[in-house]
Amino acid sequence: MQKCIKNGPLAQLLNAKKAYPVRPEPWKGPPTVSYRKMFRNQYDTDVTTWSPAGRLFQVEYAMEAVKQGSAAIGLRSKTHIVLGCVNKANSELSSHQKKIFKVDDHIGVAIAGLTADGRVLSRYMRNECINYSFTYESPLPVGRLVVQLADKAQVCTQRSWKRPYGVGLLVAGLDESGAHLYYNCPSGNYFEYQAFAIGSRSQAAKTYLERKFENFTDASRDDLVKDALMAIRETLQGETLKSSVCTIAVVGVGEPFHILDQGTVQQMIDAFEIVGEQEGPAAEPDAAAGQEASAEPEQGAAAGEGVAPMDI
Amino acid sequence: MTKQQANWSPYDNSGGSCVAIAGADYCVIAADTRMSTGYNILTREYSKICKLADKCVMASSGFQADVKALQKQLAARHLIYQHQHNKQMSCPAMAQLLSNTLYYKRFFPYYSFNVLGGLDNEGKGCVFTYDAVGSYEKVGYSSQGSGSTLITPFLDNQLKSPSPLLLPAQDAVTPLGEAEAIDLIKTVFASASERDIYTGDKIEIVVVNADGIRREYMELRKD
Repeated sequence: MQKCIKNGPLAQLLNAKKAYPVRPEPWKGPPTVSYRKMFRNQYDTDVTTWSPAGRLFQVEYAMEAVKQGSAAIGLRSKTHIVLGCVNKANSELSSHQKKIFKVDDHIGVAIAGLTADGRVLSRYMRNECINYSFTYESPLPVGRLVVQLADKAQVCTQRSWKRPYGVGLLVAGLDESGAHLYYNCPSGNYFEYQAFAIGSRSQAAKTYLERKFENFTDASRDDLVKDALMAIRETLQGETLKSSVCTIAVVGVGEPFHILDQGTVQQMIDAFEIVGEQEGPAAEPDAAAGQEASAEPEQGAAAGEGVAPMDI
Repeated sequence: MTKQQANWSPYDNSGGSCVAIAGADYCVIAADTRMSTGYNILTREYSKICKLADKCVMASSGFQADVKALQKQLAARHLIYQHQHNKQMSCPAMAQLLSNTLYYKRFFPYYSFNVLGGLDNEGKGCVFTYDAVGSYEKVGYSSQGSGSTLITPFLDNQLKSPSPLLLPAQDAVTPLGEAEAIDLIKTVFASASERDIYTGDKIEIVVVNADGIRREYMELRKD
């Protein structure tokens, strides 16, 4: 563009500082932010896209949803399994969400995460139990049910028109081979546990369970329920434990799956609350000794740079 | 060329009779325990009575394989109901479910002649009687099976139930007490087993009342 007249009105107009860049910035080289942070968002749009590091981010995000849900815990002995969960209502006016479901007389499930997804999966599990009972006139073994559940979850990690279930399930069940507690992830993996906790602030409960789990195998039913209540109390972190904020369910030999009523739970809380304070200082030496033994079968490392959280 | 007739039937009659009587606060359901085929006895100790819900019991005579399949279906549907509604099915609800289940197989029916007995939502006794394809009616008493033609006239005579079509609607339940009703049942079966070859061996009597469900037995002629 040739300047016709120096400093004339046209020249002034043309030379005035523009609000927008008239020519793009010269290329300064490749972006300086880290490779991983830069491209994480590019590979997380749908579940059928792998990241360059070999991860499916949508599945990992689904596991995040589980961590956001309110806590659920499970622990088992040789003959009984206890499930417990924290029930926080959104407001004083509303009722709390149902997080523990009876699947059959010998199987129950506690969920954390998207409760709607949990409800749908519970309905699926109930159906499977009913159909198996109808055909074989005997209860569905828990191990079979969790595999079916895991396979169902896996399907949602390999279809572009689906999304993974955003709910973690603690499946408690009794069958011929004894008492079992399983954890089913949105990733389609499942693990068997002696005791486990999922959901928000579950690490506090897990620490408690790691300290105490060696006693669980031979514990009595009532001791198991007490331990469940203690573990729930850990997740409440300071809030008073009362039967209105938690739900407990039990299944065991000679005891079909049922949710304990508020009155019974409150009685048990009252019974050990007094003892609980005395136990406090005595628990410290236990904590130091029991840290090596882990309640989880695999290395529960937090999602680091290289470890895909799906393995946990 | 004449039309070919079937030389095989999917059905067989296992024989036996069932009775149910509704009282003001109880319901008695009874059936004999003989299972037959043709002129032979298959077993003297087969139960035709099935508890469907806490306050609901069904007795069925006819083809016992179909009866068993029907009982399993209803039990599975009841479980689903309990999961969805968090409570047991009431007797009238189960009555409708049974009717629908039977009609579902309208064109290959369950060869099952049922009487459903129990307590309704108010705790009063109720009896429902069915045909093989689900037509049903709430009545004060009923009898089904091979001995029904011998039993029903006797019950009509003793229990004098008003017609359900009468206006104003009259209470169909019998004013008899529980013990008297059980006695009547025993009499009725004893008479039926005299003349009906398919009824005999033992009666199984189930009583549903506010305290729960109770079972008793009485011996009958073995011939």
